Amino acid sequence: MTVPYDQALSEFEAVIGLETHVELGTAAKMFCGCDTSFGAEPNTHTCPVCLGLPGALPVVNAQAIESTIRIGLALHCDIAAWCRFARKNYFYPDMPKNFQTSQYDEPLCTGGYLDVDVPGEDGTPEVVRVPIERVHLEEDTGKSLHVGGATGRIHGASHSLVDYNRAGIPLVEIVTRPVVGTGPRAAEVARAYVAELRDVLRGLGVSDVRMEQGSLRCDVNVSLNRPGQPWGTRSETKNVNSLRSVERAVRSEVERQAARLRDGERIVQETRHFHEDTGLSTPGRSKEEATDYRYFPEPDLAPVAPDPAWVAELRAALPDPPSVRRKRLTAELGLSARDSAAMVNAGVLDLVLATVEAGAPAAEARNMWLGPLAQAANTRGVEAADLPVAPAQVARVVELVSSGALTAGLARQVVDGVLAGEGEPDDVVAGRGLAVVSDEGALGEAVDAALAAQPAVAEKVRAGKVQAVGALVGAVMKATRGQADAPVVRRLLLERLGVEG
Amino acid sequence: MTDLTRLTAVETAAAVASRDVSAVEVARAHLDRIAAVDGAVHAFLHVDADGALAQAARVDAGEVTGPLAGVPLALKDVIVTRGVPTTVGSRILEGWRPPYDATVTTRLRDAGVVVLGKTNMDEFAMGSSTEHSAYGPTHNPWDLTRTPGGSGGGSAAAVAAYEAPLGVGTDTGGSIRQPASVTGTVGVKPTYGGVSRFGLVAFSSSLDQAGPCARTVLDAALLHEAIGGHDPADSTSIDAPVPPVVEAARRASVQGLRVAVVRELTGEGYEAGVQERFDEAVALLSELGATVTEVSCPHFVHALPAYYLIAPSEASSNLARFDSVRYGLRVGDDGDRSLEEVMSLTRDAGFGAEVKRRIILGTYALSSGYYDAYYGQAQKVRTLITRDFTAAFEQADVLVSPASPGVAFPLGAKLDDPLAMYRQDLATIPSNLYGGPAMSLPVGLSEGLPVGLQVMAPTMRDDLLYQVGGALEAALHDRWGGPLLASAPELEAARA
Repeated sequence: MTVPYDQALSEFEAVIGLETHVELGTAAKMFCGCDTSFGAEPNTHTCPVCLGLPGALPVVNAQAIESTIRIGLALHCDIAAWCRFARKNYFYPDMPKNFQTSQYDEPLCTGGYLDVDVPGEDGTPEVVRVPIERVHLEEDTGKSLHVGGATGRIHGASHSLVDYNRAGIPLVEIVTRPVVGTGPRAAEVARAYVAELRDVLRGLGVSDVRMEQGSLRCDVNVSLNRPGQPWGTRSETKNVNSLRSVERAVRSEVERQAARLRDGERIVQETRHFHEDTGLSTPGRSKEEATDYRYFPEPDLAPVAPDPAWVAELRAALPDPPSVRRKRLTAELGLSARDSAAMVNAGVLDLVLATVEAGAPAAEARNMWLGPLAQAANTRGVEAADLPVAPAQVARVVELVSSGALTAGLARQVVDGVLAGEGEPDDVVAGRGLAVVSDEGALGEAVDAALAAQPAVAEKVRAGKVQAVGALVGAVMKATRGQADAPVVRRLLLERLGVEG
Repeated sequence: MTDLTRLTAVETAAAVASRDVSAVEVARAHLDRIAAVDGAVHAFLHVDADGALAQAARVDAGEVTGPLAGVPLALKDVIVTRGVPTTVGSRILEGWRPPYDATVTTRLRDAGVVVLGKTNMDEFAMGSSTEHSAYGPTHNPWDLTRTPGGSGGGSAAAVAAYEAPLGVGTDTGGSIRQPASVTGTVGVKPTYGGVSRFGLVAFSSSLDQAGPCARTVLDAALLHEAIGGHDPADSTSIDAPVPPVVEAARRASVQGLRVAVVRELTGEGYEAGVQERFDEAVALLSELGATVTEVSCPHFVHALPAYYLIAPSEASSNLARFDSVRYGLRVGDDGDRSLEEVMSLTRDAGFGAEVKRRIILGTYALSSGYYDAYYGQAQKVRTLITRDFTAAFEQADVLVSPASPGVAFPLGAKLDDPLAMYRQDLATIPSNLYGGPAMSLPVGLSEGLPVGLQVMAPTMRDDLLYQVGGALEAALHDRWGGPLLASAPELEAARA
């Protein structure tokens, strides 16, 4: 069925291409004033424009144009002096107008590149330059929920629900040129590219780049050819929504195509759907019966002609690229090379740096990301960066601990709450009632209970083995579900046992 | 007491402002007139008596004032009105009550204009006779067996039948001017971008333009000024003040003005009677002090085919949203049929033959492999036509032609011959492709039916239309001893 990845890439050369969609973090939608925040009640962030009601007209969000130009500049692209939006026509119920306002043959940014680090044969980092074809701006579609079918796909569903809150959110599409010559590292390059791109976008502050919420989404194109032969037919795998999945999608597609080619079969040009659970993809619609999108210039919008002086200003004001920023911050924070390497390996360096920038001390930020958050990522099988928690939220947890409002144990529970979608750290503290209990009266009962339950330990402490009190503190902490202020508990225990701390 | 329905908008506003009559009385008189004659004319699809009387009461309470406060108006059913049915003459929007107002609607209300209701039109503004309305045709008040033109036949007929002194139409290829021409009224397509398209249900976005229908040039100018001007909600709206149209209509002089007849828009294809009235009007302009010449606009002969590629292409995309999912008609949703089947059945049942014809034409013209030959080529023709205009306006201040190749034609006469129907807009389409303003105003009768003359001006020189129209109208009224409409047959007599 499949040929193992390493074997496949010793026999075939892979050509990969990545199309990345980024939801911009503008306050308003692309063509109307509706709110863009995530997670609202369905169809509450809508208006005549983003619902495509008869007569409604779009107006371009200038902030979205600016963000797109900044992305283009950060990726070393040329910025068009004049370009137009185009209509991409096809029928789908989550597209209110049954056309998507996008860009076609006149993208805002063209011809750039992004350098990414991948480990070379001997493990030292090696730079691979990924060429960028274009960066353009379009509107997102709504979201369909297909009910009653086995697959969650429209086929077989009894009915569908559509939420237009996402419809019209500005979406930037970043398309690479075909990436060749990656040898046995095709999957790693793909992953490293998306990771680096995400860091670039985060550094620009143009998007929250949350793959799990869909604000960064990836389509992965793969084809194989034997060395010296023309490029093969490509497939396009959609719905690849984590860094890990980017790598797995390339791997599984290399393995699948190699097996077919080895058996003398041909590759069908098609769209495939990636499944997070299995790491495999299944065929979607065949491109051979591809829709004719009937693109034409959007007549409802004036052309976009960015003033060159303004573009130059934007260029001058770009932040450092992530690689430069990493070097600078690690030096400023006095992080050792070993520490940095550990954080790079865990994929948390940028997250730690962002947490520090949000106000947390470096050591605590590092401990949070390499500790409870790395564990949570591991448990969920996702990258730390894909966890539904933002560096600023982590910084807030650290702040709550250092102010004494939380213990380390409670901090962990707060992090769990944020990851479970219970809101901001302060919401979780309030919602779960996680404030530290240091009131001696309230703790007295638990202290007495612990002493009564473990008389032998109490005796040991009385006899002078003070460190044994730890077992009693632990019992109190357990009884109070971690909410007790441990130093206070310790003092109370020692007082009752008549021992000097 | 005078018949309030016979007053011009200017006279009505003055009477209301001086409290000689109340706006409510004016509104009631027009609602009564509609009740009396609209059974025969069928200009209205929906009469909003409650809304009209409420707005009139606001005017009477002094809540809103202005040069058109208290003046009734017939609004083409392509302009959305919050809570008031808007069908675009189509079954696919039957019963839809928009949750928002078009900018034009808002501006009318803010000007104190009293919207009486929504007027009939060819479905999605596609047609030249109002016979393509899904709700039955409108009849020409001059001869009820004839069409009032289209697509805005409803607004034009309402104005001609004294159901309202003012109307708002939309003009994509002539839908304000051709009906004005065949109903003996004044109709203006403003400069593209001069009046907001926000809330105008789109037919062809790069061509659609709302504008005034009236019985006099000055009335049209006042309405033009009320609805015109920049709108940030429409990206194609021009960010500049409305040209001084009212002042120009009052000045009404052609002394020293250079007027050129467009050679390609006369002669063959135009009825003899139309050509005669046109020639007489041109001679009159000369008598009034204009310098009359002839210009050639060689690419105008390609205007019609270019239009019938661009407009349907845009329409095929604009009309895609009518899919039964969010609003409007839904057919065949029995729980078993797929979404595609329901969409397909709905569109088949909801759109009329002419709309389907244009959607198919436009879909084809935009298709991969045909785009360059059709849509792309048509855009090049559009550029050439614009150059023709630019060159002509170096030689002349305004261009003139007959507004329509013939007088009002009998109902049904062209329904089986789409090309004959399309040729009704031969003279009006070039201005849409160019984007400049144009007016039709009555210049006489042929076979007892009105003939319209078209004045075309450079973009954002809408004032020139009113200057020329005003002068010509004054001279013709002198000659006729009153407005042309005064010679129209009484509708009550026609009904008897």
